[in-house]
This record gives sequence, structure tokens and C-alpha cells, in this order.
Amino acid sequence: MNCVRMKRDCLAMLATMAAVFCLYPLPAAAHLNSTGMGPIYDGLLHFFFSPEDIVPVVALALLAGLRGPEYGRRALFLLPASWFVGCFLGTMFQRAASWPVAAISFLLFGGLVAANAQLSLRTMTVLAGVLGLVHGWMNGAGVRWSFSLVGVYTGLVGGIFLVVALVSAFVIKLRPPWARIAVRVAGSWIVASGLLLLGWAARRG
Amino acid sequence: MKRAACDLWARCSLVVVVALCLSGNVEAHTQKGEAIGFLTGLRHPISGLDHVLAMISVGLWGAQLGAPAVWVLPVAFPMVMALGGMMGLIGIPLPGTEYGIAASMILLGSAVLFEWKPVLWVAGALVAFFAIFHGHAHGTELPPGQNGLLYSMGFVCATGLLHVVGISIGLVHRWTWGQMFLRLAGVFTASMGVFFFWKALA
Repeated sequence: MNCVRMKRDCLAMLATMAAVFCLYPLPAAAHLNSTGMGPIYDGLLHFFFSPEDIVPVVALALLAGLRGPEYGRRALFLLPASWFVGCFLGTMFQRAASWPVAAISFLLFGGLVAANAQLSLRTMTVLAGVLGLVHGWMNGAGVRWSFSLVGVYTGLVGGIFLVVALVSAFVIKLRPPWARIAVRVAGSWIVASGLLLLGWAARRG
Repeated sequence: MKRAACDLWARCSLVVVVALCLSGNVEAHTQKGEAIGFLTGLRHPISGLDHVLAMISVGLWGAQLGAPAVWVLPVAFPMVMALGGMMGLIGIPLPGTEYGIAASMILLGSAVLFEWKPVLWVAGALVAFFAIFHGHAHGTELPPGQNGLLYSMGFVCATGLLHVVGISIGLVHRWTWGQMFLRLAGVFTASMGVFFFWKALA
């Protein structure tokens, strides 16, 4: 009886929360540059609203989760750090890559997850470092230097830390074989999205 | 009395949740038929019966074959389909696309009907071969738009979820009536394949 009541209460709470969110509309902000809450939140939201960045991060976290806690810890600290450095390098040199970075990341990291690649910790370290540097560079390349960028980049890497921590911890805890297969299926979906993205990039020329 | 009020509140809450989930986006300045985002991509694969039946059949066949085919086939299909989609996007021609799609329905429907159990690589290669045709057809139909990434992700998720639907339906295979039901589903898919083949010829 208590369980039923708890379920009802939970449902009611969810509905109320959803209603509050919907009744509190924010102005439509193209490019999601400003949250009005300062540079840290701007950076955080930029990451969460950039699928070309968040999907490779999720893929890396899935891969680390499949391999175990040590890989998870390595990705957790190395990826945000290299991303942070990459952002500053990008801002400093102001030169965006002409090749489809996101599509290549989707293919590489999605493929590794789908294949359940038995990578060494050293390889994983290199991959996390390269992913962070390249995507961070791309984030920073389009922005002119100002002091508030430190806050923006801090928020951005905070988001990355959060996603890697939650996703890899979730996957590490998965025990049933079917659940780990579902993770690999998610990797194959990332690869498929990457292939289509490559097609879009080639179509645009 | 208190319980009745609680029930009413729970039902109302459920209605609110469903209504909120169904609410559409406000899309300023977008044109109809453009690749504007995740939801348009999600809708694309379910817009054609031929694709839907073929993708569900992959799941049904996988469920009949059991592990590891139950997950190898749904992994192979979206990846190779995306490759076909990429070919279509960049303009690489593939002759007989419509025939290929219709043939895939006939073959997959027949495989489900007769519970054909080939070795894994044969099943995988067959599914991958036909996925090229499905992907190419989608790729040439993909509308221009400003957010190809979200569109592609929606598109792939919808395809994968159709396989999941097929696998879920295929779980009835453990019962005798379920095996008969799946065979009937195979007959239906194969028949529709013949219809689409005839339509492509006409």
C-alpha cells in the first residue's frame, strides 16, 4: 500500500516539476551563448547543447566504463584537463580544423565501443588526451580572448567531468551481459550517426 | 474518499505528463521538410511501410535465431545502412534501390516464415547487404537543413528502435502460439515485399 502511495507521490511530483519547467519559458537564444547566470553556466550549457561534443565524450565514457574503474578514473581527470588546454590553444591560435572532427570522433569512439576494444590503459590515455585537445581546440578556435573565457572553459570542462563520471560509473556497475551488449549497441548507433554526419559534411563540400 | 481523491490526482498527473511529452517544438523560421533536428530525423524512417516492415523483420529474425544473432543483426543493420545513407548523401548511385528494398522484405519475411537458421556470418552479410539499399534510399531522400547531426542521430535511433520493437515482438517465440504468430508476421512481410516489388516494376 505504501509502495503504491509512494509511486503516486513520485508521479505527482514529476508532473509538477514538468509543469513548472514548461510554465517557466526562457527567451529563445540562438547559439545558446548566454544563460544570464555568468560565464561558468554559459560554458556548461554550451557543452550540454553541443551534440558534436557531448556524443564523443559519452562514447569515451562508455568505453572507459566497459574497461573498468581504472580506465574510468583516467578518463575522468585527463579528458577535462586536455579539453581545457585545447580550448586555450584554440583561442590562442584561432585556426579551426577544416576536416570533419565530430564525424571522425563519432566513428572512432563509437567503433571502439561497438567492438568492445580491449585497449591498454596507455592507449586509452592517449585517446582521451587527443579527444580533449582536438575538441577543445575546436571550441576555442571560434572565440576571441577575454578574461571571462576562463569561467566559460571551466564550466565547459565541469560538464565534461560530470558526464564522464556519471556515464562511466553507470557502465562499470552494469553486470548482466545483455546490459553490456546494449552499451555496445549504443556504440554502433554512434558510428552510424558519424557515417551520416560524414555524408552531410561531404555534401556541403 | 481520500483514496478516490488520490487516484484522481494520480490520473490527472499522468495526463499532464503525457500531454507535456506530446507538445511540439516552437520552430521559428523553419521550412517544412528541412532537416531541422532530432525529431524530424526520428520521424523519417517510420514514414515508409517498406522500411518499417524490413527493420522489424530484422529484429524478429534475430529473436528467432537467438544469441548472438539477436544483437549482431541489429548492430550490423544501422551501421551499414548509414554507410548506404552516406553514399546517397554524397551522390554515389546505386541501381535498383527500390527492387533491393522489396527483395529485402521478401527475403527477411521468408526467413522469419521458415525460421531459416544460417550460420551467423551469412545472416549478418545478408542483412548488411540489404541495409545498403535501405540506407541509400534514405540518403537520397534526406532533406537539406542546418542541423544534419541531430537529424542523423534521430534517424539512427528510430532505425535502432524499430529493431528493438522487432526483438521485443520476437520474444513470443518461446511459446508455440508465438512461433505461429511470428510465421504469420513473416508471411505478411514477404507478401508486402511482393507488393512493393510489383509496384517498383510498374
